[in-house]
Amino acid sequence: MKTSLTGIQIWAMPVLLGLVSAGGLTAALLFDGIGDAVSWLALAALVVTALWYGVRRT
Amino acid sequence: MLVTSPLKQWYLVHKWTSLICTAFMLLLCLTGLPLIFADEIDRALGYSMPPPDDLPETAERADLDAIVSAARARRPGDAVQFIVADPDEPDLWFVRMAESVAAAKPSAFYAFDARTGDYLYQYPLDQGVMNIMLRLHVDMFAGLWGTLFLGLMGLLLVALLVSGVVLYDPFMRKLAFGAVRRKQSARLKWLDLHNLLGIVTLVWFLVVGATGVINTLATPIFGQWQSGELADMTAPYRTMPPVQDPGSVQKSLDAARRIAPEMSLGFMAFPGNGFAEPSHFVAFMQGNSPLTSKLLKPVLIDAQTGVAVQTRELPWYVTALLISKPLHFGDYGGLPLKIIWALLDILSIAVLGSGLYLWLKKRNVSFEARLGAPPDEKEGDSV
Repeated sequence: MKTSLTGIQIWAMPVLLGLVSAGGLTAALLFDGIGDAVSWLALAALVVTALWYGVRRT
Repeated sequence: MLVTSPLKQWYLVHKWTSLICTAFMLLLCLTGLPLIFADEIDRALGYSMPPPDDLPETAERADLDAIVSAARARRPGDAVQFIVADPDEPDLWFVRMAESVAAAKPSAFYAFDARTGDYLYQYPLDQGVMNIMLRLHVDMFAGLWGTLFLGLMGLLLVALLVSGVVLYDPFMRKLAFGAVRRKQSARLKWLDLHNLLGIVTLVWFLVVGATGVINTLATPIFGQWQSGELADMTAPYRTMPPVQDPGSVQKSLDAARRIAPEMSLGFMAFPGNGFAEPSHFVAFMQGNSPLTSKLLKPVLIDAQTGVAVQTRELPWYVTALLISKPLHFGDYGGLPLKIIWALLDILSIAVLGSGLYLWLKKRNVSFEARLGAPPDEKEGDSV
């Protein structure tokens, strides 16, 4: 069995996704126009990430 | 030894919170899906309409007293409870009527053209498929206790998600992010998908869940405000006789606008309503920035003279409730945000569904065996 991944290897993406989520959830709440666009991009990135890893064939 | 390990305990938290709340969370996610688009669906069904657009752009505003009289004339036996504005439809005024000014349930919800004062339409109350969705989502037709029960289920969801994060670590020690082992068994594939979708939607699901819990507390929160801050605010006027026939609504609104010039009216409660006071109107003013437009600032107005006598900020717990509403509904970033909200909701349904599937599939296999299931080396390495 191969060696375990480090904490950083396991958690880098989840932490990044969490920050993207938090930014996306707050941007439109604080700013109109550009804030809305940031929210759309950030939260859409979550959906794209889920689909990219979820449906791809390796 | 493993039996008492913290990990095993987290697993038990994950298992039991999900067994209790998953069915309700599925109900909430499924009924919440159409509710995201409630405004659009109302409009498509003709329940609500935009103001007529054949009028020239104008800052002219019809007299509110005429609108209130017109509403009263439509239901002479009823009382006006609230005047309501919609920030998205500045050319509309809504008037909420009920059997009495303090009644909990409205009897009619009228829309008027704010420019001409013309009656436009009546919003249908308590009917249609969307109303069933709303009731299932808010209280499962069981009133306040149903709402509070769903709030409790929401708290379990938070515990479910937190325990899921703790368990993510040991399950992912030999797998690169997003690796899905498709070739071994359906269970492993769905385990990996569960972990992937769960971690991707985590913060969104946590925020929507936690703000949903806060929303279930709306009735006690406003009750606390009414018996605390509002009572405090109106204490000096308590000896005044209740107003049977309030004076000018327009004059009262103008007074509120002078006190809060940078704000616009969210809604105005009529004397005798739980949100006002027997001898005073309370105008709830909203700010003009994206954030402050979600908040409210009450202005107390003498119903006889139309003079604004007091204003103060809402306490933190009402502010928390007001902020949690958009974060739960996803209605603060236009239609694109609503669509993304719906997609994240569908992903959350997949997380709940796959969790249920994993439990059904392997409920006779011990946690240790599951954790120790050897990942496919090649698949795990390939990312």
